[in-house]
Order: sequence, then C-alpha cells, then structure tokens
Amino acid sequence: MLEYARWKYILIAAVLLVALIFALPNVFGSAPALQLAHKDHSPVTASEAASIADYLRQHGVRFDKDYVDSSGRLMVQFASVPDQLQGRDVVDAKYQGTYISALSFVPKAPAIFRAAGLKPMPLGLDLRGGLDLLYQVDIKSAVRQMLQNYSQDAGRALAAAKIPVRNITFTTTSGSTLPNAIQIALAPGADLAAAQKALASPLQGLTITTQSSSAGPQLVAAMSAAQVRQREDYAIEQSLTILRNRVNQLGVSEPIVQRQGLDRIDVQLPGIQNAAEVKNLLGQTANLEFRLNDTTANALEAAQSGNVPLGDKLYTHTESGLPVLLKREIIATGDQLTNAIANQGQQGPEVDVTLNSKAGDNMLRATRQNVGKQMGVVLIEEEQQTSTVNGKKVTREVRNERVINDATIQGVFSDRFSITGLSMGEARDLAVLLRSGSLPTPIFPIGEQVIGPSLGTENIKMGISALIIGMAAVLIFMAIYYKVFGLVADLVLVANVVLLTALLSMMGASLSLPGIAGIILTVGIAVDANVLIYERIREEIRKGVSPQAAIRAGFEKAFSAIADSNVTTLIAGIVLWVFGTGAIRGFAVVLTLGIVTSMFTSLMGSRALVTLMYGRKRKVARLPI
Amino acid sequence: MEFFSHQTDFKFMATRHVWYGLSAILMVASIVMLFTRGLNLAIDFTGGVSAQATFPVTADLGAVRRQLVASGFSNVQVQNFGSSRNIAIRLPPEPKLNQDVLRERVEAALKAVNPGATLQQLAVVGPEVGSELETSAGWALFFTLVLIFAYIAFRFHTWRLSLGAILAVMHDPILVLGWFAASQTSFDLAVVAAILAVIGYSLNDTVVVFDRIRERFEGNRRLPPNVVLDQSINQTLSRTIMTKVVTSIVVVALLILGGPVLKGFSEALLIGILAGTYSSIYISSAVALECGLTAEHIFPTVKKTALDHLP
Repeated sequence: MLEYARWKYILIAAVLLVALIFALPNVFGSAPALQLAHKDHSPVTASEAASIADYLRQHGVRFDKDYVDSSGRLMVQFASVPDQLQGRDVVDAKYQGTYISALSFVPKAPAIFRAAGLKPMPLGLDLRGGLDLLYQVDIKSAVRQMLQNYSQDAGRALAAAKIPVRNITFTTTSGSTLPNAIQIALAPGADLAAAQKALASPLQGLTITTQSSSAGPQLVAAMSAAQVRQREDYAIEQSLTILRNRVNQLGVSEPIVQRQGLDRIDVQLPGIQNAAEVKNLLGQTANLEFRLNDTTANALEAAQSGNVPLGDKLYTHTESGLPVLLKREIIATGDQLTNAIANQGQQGPEVDVTLNSKAGDNMLRATRQNVGKQMGVVLIEEEQQTSTVNGKKVTREVRNERVINDATIQGVFSDRFSITGLSMGEARDLAVLLRSGSLPTPIFPIGEQVIGPSLGTENIKMGISALIIGMAAVLIFMAIYYKVFGLVADLVLVANVVLLTALLSMMGASLSLPGIAGIILTVGIAVDANVLIYERIREEIRKGVSPQAAIRAGFEKAFSAIADSNVTTLIAGIVLWVFGTGAIRGFAVVLTLGIVTSMFTSLMGSRALVTLMYGRKRKVARLPI
Repeated sequence: MEFFSHQTDFKFMATRHVWYGLSAILMVASIVMLFTRGLNLAIDFTGGVSAQATFPVTADLGAVRRQLVASGFSNVQVQNFGSSRNIAIRLPPEPKLNQDVLRERVEAALKAVNPGATLQQLAVVGPEVGSELETSAGWALFFTLVLIFAYIAFRFHTWRLSLGAILAVMHDPILVLGWFAASQTSFDLAVVAAILAVIGYSLNDTVVVFDRIRERFEGNRRLPPNVVLDQSINQTLSRTIMTKVVTSIVVVALLILGGPVLKGFSEALLIGILAGTYSSIYISSAVALECGLTAEHIFPTVKKTALDHLP
C-alpha cells in the first residue's frame, strides 16, 4: 500500500486548475492589429468606428473584426501582418491628422477572457517587431546642476549678509569619485561664524566643515553619499517621467519605459518602425520661463496687427488658443524649479511649485508689485526637425515655445506657491509639464534597434515550432523508454509547461527568444528529475524489492539528488536574475521559475499520479517501467 | 527499454590520469584559440551597426559588399542569414554618422543592388553597453561560483567536493569559449545565456553524482574512496546518459529548426552538455579524489565524549 496525503492531492489539483485558467489565453495566441486613438485621448465613437471600417472595406483591406477597447481606442484585428501594414497605410492616407495609428497585437482569446483581465503573455520586441531605444541619463550633470544651485544660493545669502567672498568652487570630498561639494572661500578676515549662520538655511542638509588658510577662512559644504544617490535617482525618475509622457504622445500600444541598471532607460515601442521621428520627439530638451503678462497692451490687437509692443513677446495659449502677450523679462526658469506636484488643495486641485531661493527672491519682488495681474508659464522645447531640401535631408533645431499656463497672481509669494483653478486632470498634466521643463538632466541614446514585423514573425514561428517538435520528441522517447511511467512523466512535463506559462502570464512577463530558450531548458530539468526517480525505482526493483516499496524508495532516495542539484542551478538562476539585464534577465526569470515549477510537478505531481495508479492495489506483480 | 540491462562496472578512476591529459590539452587549446583568434563578438559587445535584410531572389553577397564599400563604409561584413535570400550585415561603429543617415545609406545601398530588397532590422549599439555587460557578467559569474562553493561545502561537509564542482564548472565554459573562438561563430548575448545554462547543467550533473557518493560512503565507510567513486558514477550512469539524450533531443531540434537567431545558442548548449557530462565524472569527482576525499570528510565520526552527555 502506498499512501499520499489527501491535502496534497487537493493542493496539486487546485494549483493546476488555476494555472490552466491563466495559461489558457496563450493557446488562442495574438493577432496583428491596428490601434487608432484620438490625439486628445477622447474615446472613438461607434459612428467613427463604423466609418473607418467602411473606408477600409472600400479599399479592399481584409480585416477580421474591429471594436473599441476599454481605453476608448479603436482596435482593428487582421489575419496577417501584410494585411495589417496595408490597413495602416490606407488609414494613414486619410486619417493621419485625426488619429494616432499604431501597429499592435491583440489577444485572440474570446471576449470573456479580456473582461476577466486574463491576457496572454505579450510578445517581446524581438518577436513582434518594433523599436528599442536605450538611453543614458547623464547623472553626473544632474549632481553638478544641484551643486550649481547650492553655490548660487550660498553666494546670494552671503552677499545679503554682507560677508565678502573670494570665490565658490566645486570640490570632491574623500570617498567620492565625482564633485559632490562646494568650497566657499571667504575674504581674509571675514566673520566665519556669521557666514555659517547665513548659510544655515540655503545649505540646509549639507555637511558643513570649516578650515582656515592663509588666504582666508573656507567652508566646505558636502552632499552626503545618500544625498548624491537621491539626486541621481531623482534625475532618473524625472527622465523616466519625461520619456513616459512623450511616449504616450506617440499613441503606441503597450510601450515599455523602464530603468535599466544604474543610469540607463530602456524604451520599447512595439509596432514603431520610424526611428528618426520618435528619437526627435523623445530627445527633446525642455525649459520653462515664468513671465508677467503685459496688461497695458491688448494681446488680440497685437496678434491681428502684428505690432508687438517693445519688450513683449506674443504667444498662443495651448489650451484656449487665444493670443497672450508676455513681458520679455524672465522671473524664473525651469532650472530653478525644484519641484512641482499636483495636489488636492483647499480650493480644489492645484499644482504646488517650489523654486530655489534666487528665483524665490525674484518671484517675491515681482508678485509684490503685481498682485491681481497675470503671470504666464512658457514651455520651451528644442527639437530636431528633418525636412527635405533639394532632395537632401536637412536637420535643424527648432525652438517650440508655448504658454502652458496663464494665471492671476492672488497674493505675494516667493519660493513656494500654488497654481489653482484647475481640474485634477489639468493639475496632473500641468505638474508633469512643469517637471518636464525643470532642471533637465541630459539624456542621450546609446543603443537603437529596429526589428521588422515580418522578421519577428519568422523568429516566433521557428522558435515555437522547434519547441513543439523538441517537446513531442521528448514525450515519445520518454513513453518508449519508461512505458507507463514514461506516460506519467509526459503528463508531468506538460503540466510543468502549463504551470510555467501561467506564472509568466500572471507576472506580465513578455515572451522573447531567450524566454523560449529558457522554457526549452526547463523541459530538460524537469525530465532530469523524472529520470532520477525512475532510474532509482528500476535500481530498487533490480535489488529485488517489491514494486510498491521500490516506488516509495525511488521517490525518497531521489529527493536529495533532485533537491541539491536543483538548488545549485537555482543559485545560478537567481544571481543572473539579479545581475543580468535585457536578454539574460529574461532567460534567468524563466529558468528560475522553471526550476521551481519542475520541482513541484516532478516531486509532488508525479508521486500523486503514481500513488493513484498503484497505491490502492494490495499487490502489484510487476511495474511497467 | 534500457541502455544497460545490468549494473555497469566501468573502472572510471583507474584511467583518470589519461583523461586529465586530454582535459589539459583541450583547455590549453581553448585558451590558445581564445588568445590567438579571439571571439567573433557580436554587436551586443563591440558596439556598431548590425542589419538584416531580405531579397526577393538569392542575394548577391559580393554586390552588396561592393555597394556598401562604395557608399563609404569600411570593414563591411556581409553573410547569409538562415537562407540565401536573407543577409546579415555588420558595420563597425560609426560615431560620426547620425543613426538615421546611417539607416538611409544602408537601405539605399541595398536598393541599388536590388530594388526589391527590404531592410528587416537595423540595430545601432554604443560600445558602452558591451563594456557594462562584460563587467556585470563577470560579477554574476564570480558570485555564482562563490555561492555554489558555499552551498556544496554546506551540504556535503567538505571543501574537496566544492573545489571539484567549481573546477568542473570552469572547465565547461572554457571549452565552449574555445569552440566559439575556433569556429568563429558569432558570440552574442544569447550565447552568454547558453553558457550560463551550461554551468547550471554541469552543476546539476555533478551534484547528482556527489549525492550518490555521499550515499555510498554512508553505507561503506571501509571501502577505498576510488572504488566508492567508481560505484557512484556507474550507478548514476544510466540516468546521466538518459538525461543527456533527452536534453540533446530538444537542443538538436533547436539547432536544426530554431533558425539562425538561435544557432549560436544551441551550439553552445550542445557542446556544453557534452563537456558537462565528461567533467562531472573526470573533473569534479576525480579532483575530489586527488584532494584525498574519504568517508570521514562527509560523515565525521561522532566523538564518544559527545555521547556521554546524553541521558
């Protein structure tokens, strides 16, 4: 008699059932699709959808179905990639200005899966085609900007306290490889104590040390390692926000913008093939200017006559489209803005803005004299535009300036103020725009990969057919070699692949070529576990042990070999998961999860099945192994 | 079906010195190959431009190469990729060229050879990415080795087996690297993943043999260590062969059907699996034997005095 606890049967059945549900959407696969969205993200209406569908049919484009998804985008599903590309060209020819079109993939699973939030693994860029950009964030300059701000603030505070300064320089304290401190050299005979007092507020949080030299007393204000790291993280977070914001403007389906390693950002844009356009949009640097409105002149008149008063500049408000006249004098710029967050204030949604002390002083002076007047915020974006002149491509820098906010000054304020009178959505958008124009940290592309959609299709076909054929060959071979026990192993192997697929789908991991390779390797590991058990059972039988005792001994004695060998491989998998990036990480994730699922299915699943088959019988004469 | 109808009794340890020689020759050859020919590093490591294109008819590699050189590129590599209609192009890094200009020039050169040619993929990678990969892969390898050494020493109570396992683990990737240097197969990130998997497989194998050594020593403390090792390897032999055959089936399917993208990956795996089988016998176990492994190391005799304290 063999026994196996009932709770283990229940556990195995439950796990497999859940896994089956999560893995099922993958069986249906994905279909190429065209995604159409309005530029302002307003939902596509049913009548608009119908007219696009008619237009496609008129032009002989074959498509399977079309529907408006939960985000209000129109999805047109095609049977093949060539159909999809044709569809995009046809739609773009007529609707380019109205809709943002993007190539994407949609799950073919019935709508009920979509409603339940069950999705197949999205395909990686290598399998579906698209654009992969790798950006380097210049975190060194992010720290330098911060030091620049500190030294300006320190200089102003000392000047205000009438303490003579010789110079302020950047310096590197011990333990740091890059400049992380400012060194303030005071004039000989300057009052060091008074200087320390004056600097307490602008240099708050920095570690200040003093030293005296023959040339005069000196102060060194250093950022701690934690502060430097915080600043670097801020720079990366800010760049991530900016890139995400701009990627969203592209209307790409399922874009990935993620941090990679210490100072890299990986941008994956499925379905995009035109790198030039995208890089221009993503590579923009932005700045902000806070300026007063000219209330003495009429902006509408100036816009119509073209006579802009001296010292003014004419803009168009982004939201209202109305002309705005702003004075040329700049109160504050983006590099002086240290924070902008959307908040729910007492008077409704608002954006809380923090400036550095120099801009705060300017702001104080400006607002004191202009309460009740208006102040505008200009967002300046530099972009590269490529145009064709005489058959040659010419790239030039274009400065794009627009007023993103124009508000009445309600009272006197300096370095902290709020912009009110917005909806929550507007506040969030404005905060993102303000941040994107604040202290811009330079980013530059260091890697770029464009993968054609058909190359992707070939890759996936080959990879998956290799997987299926390899698996089938293994299943047949196992059944021949171990007979009935081989069939048990086959079931266990299939369960393992289902379990692994379910886990990867739950995690939202995308399926890439290294991932497929990882699945294939996992099959090898799962086979090994079963082989260890069955060889052990055979050994016991050879020793003359009764069949049921052989089964029990086989599982028990194989356990230490399976556990130890898998744990060592698991160590390698986890180290790769932690240290690896990109392809290696993708592979490590699958390998690590695969080891865990194969231990579960081989040790528990296989034993449960064998016990079910041979456990109840009083006597088993011979094992078909 | 069984590979061996009865328990085999090969005297593995008796011939170990011959195999040390073979290992030494292969290792030296691999290292020499690595230093003289070097690896054919893919764009992932070197930085540069890699492109893939499809032609409507058989691609004329010479014409493509000439056209690219005419367009001002130097050091151009053009190869077939999977089929006679698909080609892969490699260009050295062109830091002075705007990436979009680059794409246009490559595309123009292809169209000049055949107007129906389409550029399927173009990747531009800066050299920084590669250097970072090297350091992170290096650290990954180092930490893997340290952790594995510790784990085996903990589970088997002796550094002798740890050392054997670590040497075997280093042996296999060096052979794979040697093969890649000799054959000049493109060495890309997928191959790195494969080598890491080879390390995993090799370890798997080694530890399975160790597990049996531990079990044999427990029952037969009096037997000479080389006999125990021979028995352990023989008893796990059918498992070793079976697992390798099955894994190789999958890898061969990958090699034949997986397409050119997975060629390097599957090649590395196949060689690594063969090397791993051999090294788990002649490196990991034999090294432990050379270090004087005995039953005492795995199962230290419980001192009598300790028992006296028991009630």
